[in-house]
Amino acid sequence: MSDSGKSSRRHFLSVATAVTGGVGSAFALAPFVVSLKPSARAQALGAPVEIDVSALQPGEMVRVEWRGKPVWVLNRTAAMLERLPENDGFLSDPNSEEDQQPEYAANGTRSRKSEYLVVIGSCTHLGCAPLARFEVQPADLGSDWFGGFYCPCHGSKFDLAGRVYKGVPAPLNLAVPPYRFVSDDRILVGAEEGVA
Amino acid sequence: MARVESEVRSASGEKGGLLSWIDARFPLTKMLSEHVTDYYASKNLNLWYVFGVLSMLVLVIQIVSGIFLTMNYKPSAADAFASVEYIMRDVSGGWIIRYIHSTGASAFFVVVYLHMFRAMLYGSYKKPRELVWIVGMLIFVALMAEAFMGYLLPWGQMSYWGAQVIVSLFGAIPVVGESLVEWIRGDYSISDITLNRFFALHVIALPLALVMLVAVHILALHEVGSNNPDGIEIKQNKNADGNPVDGVTFWPFHTSKDLVAIIVFLAAFSAVVFFAPEMGGYFLEHANFDPADPLVTPEHIAPVWYFTPFYAILRAVPDKLLGVIMMGAAVLLPLFLPWLDRARVKSIRYRGILYKAALAIFVISFIVLGYLGVQPATDLYTLMARIFTVLYFAFFLLMPWYTSIDKTKPVPDRVVYHG
Repeated sequence: MSDSGKSSRRHFLSVATAVTGGVGSAFALAPFVVSLKPSARAQALGAPVEIDVSALQPGEMVRVEWRGKPVWVLNRTAAMLERLPENDGFLSDPNSEEDQQPEYAANGTRSRKSEYLVVIGSCTHLGCAPLARFEVQPADLGSDWFGGFYCPCHGSKFDLAGRVYKGVPAPLNLAVPPYRFVSDDRILVGAEEGVA
Repeated sequence: MARVESEVRSASGEKGGLLSWIDARFPLTKMLSEHVTDYYASKNLNLWYVFGVLSMLVLVIQIVSGIFLTMNYKPSAADAFASVEYIMRDVSGGWIIRYIHSTGASAFFVVVYLHMFRAMLYGSYKKPRELVWIVGMLIFVALMAEAFMGYLLPWGQMSYWGAQVIVSLFGAIPVVGESLVEWIRGDYSISDITLNRFFALHVIALPLALVMLVAVHILALHEVGSNNPDGIEIKQNKNADGNPVDGVTFWPFHTSKDLVAIIVFLAAFSAVVFFAPEMGGYFLEHANFDPADPLVTPEHIAPVWYFTPFYAILRAVPDKLLGVIMMGAAVLLPLFLPWLDRARVKSIRYRGILYKAALAIFVISFIVLGYLGVQPATDLYTLMARIFTVLYFAFFLLMPWYTSIDKTKPVPDRVVYHG
């Protein structure tokens, strides 16, 4: 065998070994990478949650936990609903154009049934839980405040449909989780259609 | 076999004994000589030069106290908070060990920030020490990750919500953000799963990385030699023996000076551990004495003081993604100092008014941002945070310009003493 033949054979063997080793390393990495994903148990614990709203009076709000996130259900009064359109001028996305809700909640009240607001109570800035501030025109929030949610972390404001105000750190409206009414006063959060 | 034996014997020289037996098999004397007994550093090193040694000391303190904490700590959402209380109340000496570890975390950043500031004062990042600086910055980033993950472990309210805020920063990345956050947490929220993996990273992965990076940092430093307050290369002035005339060996000269600093530091450290371990809520935040509750956000979320300058920058930017990018840039910009700085001199002693003014503005910005980061975001504070964010970035981004036109003074050939 000639010299050049020997060196090309050596080159081939080196490259083949390196490639085989590289592919093997990549495959060996896979179980470690996927082990960091939510486990089967974590996924099971993320199952839908049913909320009974029969005892929820107008103006009252209930908090439940779904996938470790606080889900708020607010039974809005007629007065609250009437004032919603008045906020439009102060809001970043009054018509829910950003993808922060299922289609059935992309309306003026951001809900399936106008009185019940169902949102994830987690600020779209950095995930803090905004505070319920339902009073109208309180001293610290100014005269254009008709009730809503105020985030104590970085001062983001949302109205009673979870719509974000302009000029605050939060970029988006509060997210509406997938939900449906299983009966008139039972809401299933985490499932849109079919069985829970 | 016989030939190897004779080679080993001849390499060990005339002297017998254990040391020469080891030296024939492991370069013990050679390494000690290279890094300790015959390592020359400038004889005019001042107080600013003790913070490297102190950083290493705190690293050792953290590793030792951390090992003892893990013997009683339980990394699960159900048990973590109670196990920390158990350490504080029921384990003999537990409260001291825990306060040593929590004070050590803050002390680490105190000495590291001063150590980094020293490099900026005397141009220690400039050629030929670029790699020393870069490895140092990697240590800083690893330290931030280590501190952040450690802060989740007590599973208090601030642990939980701090982690919630910081982890969700990754969600700002377009397209992959949300799934990346899920992958980091291993769940749909910060949970037992997240706590368990942060524990693994905090006690195994990051300390290993830190120790190895520190070794690389020191090896790189000893290859090029330490800088000095004059920014002179002492290796350019050697005596007949080939040793720098302006240098003295690390052992015993610099080590004896370092020992004094270590004693003073440990006295101050002990004072904090025994008399002010919470440091008024800055070392251990008050909200962290409540167990984590995913449904209730504390009234006011602030990170521990050493992250607040960067946190203030994050909050100052109205756009989420841009805020995250700016915060990341604020942490990483110093990495480029060796190339941003165009001055011909290293030390502040021979720099012109422009760099001195810029450095002063940078220090003020860093401190003010640090203060703003623990305050609630009012209109005035947000405006101030924006102004000082601009100044912080201006220090780095305008550096090529102001350092190249700055009027520098001539650098002497030999090191100078001041008092």
